[in-house]
Amino acid sequence: MENNRECFLMKGNEAIAHAAVRCGCDGYFGYPITPQSEVLETLSQLKPWETTGMVVLQAESEVAAINMLYGGGASGKRVMTSSSSPGVALMQEGISYMAAVEIPAVIVNVQRGGPGLGTIQPGQADYLQATVGGGNGDYNTIVLAPASVQDMADYVDIAFQLAFKYRNPTFILSDGVIGQMMEQVYLPPFKPRRTEEEIGTECPWAANGYHLTQRKPNIFSSLEMDPKTMEQRNTRLQQKYALMSKNEQRATTFLCDDAEYLYVAFGSVSRCAEEAVVVLRNRGHKVGLLRPISLWPFPKDCLNKILPTVKEILVCEMNAGQMINDVKLSINCQRPVYHYGRTGGVVPTPDELIEAMIALIKQ
Amino acid sequence: MTKDDIIQPENLVIKKPELMNDTVMHYCPGCSHGVVHKLIAEIIEEMELSEKTIGICPVGCAVFAYRYLDIDWQEAAHGRAPAVATACKRLWKDRLVFTYQGDGDLACIGACETIHALNRGEKITIIFINNAIYGMTGGQMAPTTLLGMKTSTCPYGRVPELHGYPLNITDLATHLEGTAYVSRQSVHNVAAIRKAKSAIKKAFENSMNGIGSNLVEIVSTCSTGWKKTPVEANEWMEKNMFEFYQLGDLKDIKQ
Repeated sequence: MENNRECFLMKGNEAIAHAAVRCGCDGYFGYPITPQSEVLETLSQLKPWETTGMVVLQAESEVAAINMLYGGGASGKRVMTSSSSPGVALMQEGISYMAAVEIPAVIVNVQRGGPGLGTIQPGQADYLQATVGGGNGDYNTIVLAPASVQDMADYVDIAFQLAFKYRNPTFILSDGVIGQMMEQVYLPPFKPRRTEEEIGTECPWAANGYHLTQRKPNIFSSLEMDPKTMEQRNTRLQQKYALMSKNEQRATTFLCDDAEYLYVAFGSVSRCAEEAVVVLRNRGHKVGLLRPISLWPFPKDCLNKILPTVKEILVCEMNAGQMINDVKLSINCQRPVYHYGRTGGVVPTPDELIEAMIALIKQ
Repeated sequence: MTKDDIIQPENLVIKKPELMNDTVMHYCPGCSHGVVHKLIAEIIEEMELSEKTIGICPVGCAVFAYRYLDIDWQEAAHGRAPAVATACKRLWKDRLVFTYQGDGDLACIGACETIHALNRGEKITIIFINNAIYGMTGGQMAPTTLLGMKTSTCPYGRVPELHGYPLNITDLATHLEGTAYVSRQSVHNVAAIRKAKSAIKKAFENSMNGIGSNLVEIVSTCSTGWKKTPVEANEWMEKNMFEFYQLGDLKDIKQ
């Protein structure tokens, strides 16, 4: 027990399911897809509808699942779904609608390699889709990238808190490695689901009929016929995103105090990069790692803080070069930024990352 | 006798339901939507469910339904209303959750969500306005457009070789185990309006009592899309639509 938390050995996907039940989630709606089907399977085994009252439903498609989140979130409930890359692509319409009318919900993407059906092996090629909106229109979602099974367990509650704080869909952008690997994990303590009165107090905006005779009807619609009014709505959304961008940057650093060469990596690749840093430090190279936890907002403040000692940056991702754009923009291209990527489900080894960094140092 | 003498409670023969506000409707003259809106408002009031109702709007002519009835509404993406309603009802079991959808929304782009929500036996009511045309976008062919019927995307008439057949999704719904009550009605005269009201009420009662999923189709007119006067549209509907979309209760598990 650590802080009265129970310790288990389980997959990241299973940790997501357990954490959902424990953090007072009201409903999960999902559709099976590899490599994340254990989330729905675990929830179905746990039968939380008999304990906490949480609803678990296998939807007819990812399209239906995300629209179930729309309905549940708009009614003030804590709802979530999980899927993998092709399924999340299908959900983009619903996510855009939810962002437009400010519906809180948590969406987990256990990424696989693409494009198209791609592969069932791990990938990180949905970075751009997650961080620049993904659906139609100008909008953003907070994106949290777990790097361990523990993170999977911990981020569910954080994601719900952020989703309700800003009334915005929130992503947990995981990958097939984190979803499938087993690690030791401390599960969060049980938190009760909110009562109808508590939802009424916390979510006076929700469309659920609660105390309707004492207030104006709550209406969720993203349709607006008057361009000026629509622009005003968009401006207000952008102001919210600016606030989120300022307040919600999250990152961890590893041996960055004097780092001359910096890895920037998220999710499972950050675990490989961490090992690469240890090996290179042992060889006498001043190497560090910045691991963005929030991919949107990108932790540019943290990056700029450690930048003074840094000579060159190597961005490592399981894609063809997506986060590298945010790194360059964050530092306004003040340093050379290079990319090392593997795609299609190939997971880089620490040795590959070491080799790539050595090549950079020797340049 | 002055006007004020006449306007007395004892002289009241009909009134607008309280839940219906004074917003001017965007519907065309002769359109069936307004009548159905009023019926829904009346029934929610009669059942005293205004604090227990979640309405789900479609994309289509009824996209602005939320402007006219003072209840909580969620505007769904095109075709997704049954999925939205599914979550609302499962998460708020004591609420009346209904969707209000047109033929394009329900029977075309949302056919998957419609069939699966009905088949799961979600304790919701689906109000299905079928005027056999896409009204909002200007009169294109719908899944329910009759053979031979002319629309802007089948200007020479719907023919199976080019456009396939009209989809009778309400008949299909009767074969789904999850449906409790499936009815097809219209609102083109007083008798029909009364029958439609009792059908919607029965569906709402089932939803509140947790009895299966409920589908009420209202065969409707679209005088603008059909390029007819409201009177001609009613006549055309009786003559042509009712033959293919026959009125009456199609399934009632309580009988």
